[in-house]
Amino acid sequence: MGREALHDARTVRALVGSVAEEFELIGRELRIMEVCGTHTHSIARAGLRQLLPPGLRLISGPGCPVCVTPISYMDRAVALARRPDVIVATFGDLQRVPSSTSSLEVESAQGARIEIVYSARDAVELARRHPTLQVVFLGVGFETTIPTVAASLEEAEREGVENYKVLVGAKLIEPPLQVLGKDPELRIDGFLLPGHVSVIVGSGFYSFLEEHLRLPGVIVGFDPVDILMGILELTRQIAAGDPRVSNLYGRVVSRDGNRPARDLVHRFFEVVDVSWRGLGTIPNSGLAFRSGYAHRDASRIEVDLDPPVEPAGCRCGEILRGSIEPPECPLFDKGCTPMHAIGACMVSSEGTCAAWYRHERHRLAGREGVEA
Amino acid sequence: MCLAIPMKVQDRTQFDALVEWRGVSRRVGMHLCPEAEIGDFVLVHAGYAIGRVDEEEAAKTLALIEEVIGEGGE
Repeated sequence: MGREALHDARTVRALVGSVAEEFELIGRELRIMEVCGTHTHSIARAGLRQLLPPGLRLISGPGCPVCVTPISYMDRAVALARRPDVIVATFGDLQRVPSSTSSLEVESAQGARIEIVYSARDAVELARRHPTLQVVFLGVGFETTIPTVAASLEEAEREGVENYKVLVGAKLIEPPLQVLGKDPELRIDGFLLPGHVSVIVGSGFYSFLEEHLRLPGVIVGFDPVDILMGILELTRQIAAGDPRVSNLYGRVVSRDGNRPARDLVHRFFEVVDVSWRGLGTIPNSGLAFRSGYAHRDASRIEVDLDPPVEPAGCRCGEILRGSIEPPECPLFDKGCTPMHAIGACMVSSEGTCAAWYRHERHRLAGREGVEA
Repeated sequence: MCLAIPMKVQDRTQFDALVEWRGVSRRVGMHLCPEAEIGDFVLVHAGYAIGRVDEEEAAKTLALIEEVIGEGGE
């Protein structure tokens, strides 16, 4: 069997059939949360919701880093971009995320220096080319991305690139899983765990699911067949009453994860309480610079900030908690679209609202079918 | 944002490598993959290799899928 089996329609049908059989045996509604925004996107694109039994609910979790970044972070990024001595370097996802009164895209149109980069490496290079300016990289992400930010800091330290700074917006995945896994309103039965976060943290990291939450979790890749294999494994564990953590993405995820990557993160950052859009402040759920690296910390650059203002009517927070689906938001497809996004969940291509807008909206309107 | 793609290491130094997949080449940071060697597949995310792809494990996943389909198809 070759890799093409991961996309094969017959494989998908066979797996859907097996999931349906397990689901029948369990005989009640099941609520499975996919934690990662890339999974959310994959599920919507392949139309998996429509293929699975109606009582098997796939709930999107808080794993889109752009979406969970609080508006106060965007306010600070915009304020930094307005300083004439600053270039803001950012992944493209963040440029259209609304701040309280603006966005990086709007500021750029008004003359602020904002550079879209593919990698934190490119931001260090930008700092080398502009030694008289401060280059601020927007370091937003989970365990997957934060090691790349740490690597860029290592390079700046080693090569003496003094004008390279980071505005840290780093988030950790365990604390929100603990919060959501215990939420009596959500009643989650199991997690599809984020594949690429797991490359770094390792499958052994998730033992808290079994020990503290008594919930199953499956680490899976991003093809529809990967995801269906994960759902099948979860239904089997639920049916057997035997919650465990299974790793179905062994081709890139090991038990111990990537130790050198975690060590590099640990060198620069320490664990702190941080605020999440939709979830509020969660203890020990993010990172900040250690005191020895204060000279890299862009949050120490002075800016004027007003109190943050959330967009009126936007229910992004509830969507990120999985407590409502996008069509339940009064703005969804009525004023809030990917071209004119009001909330962060619609801006990011991995946001739940954007995934639903692009792939589920037509199906909701009655048109059926799975995309090729 | 956590997208990552496997690419093959063509050449590497301590902190930098040339990687390639299907005719697309690029330079990536190797800080996070000290052990990857020329010829290995690495997972590339945001301009850095973040892990090595284990071909044996990839084969096991495919075998597992085959097993499940076998059961479901009968």
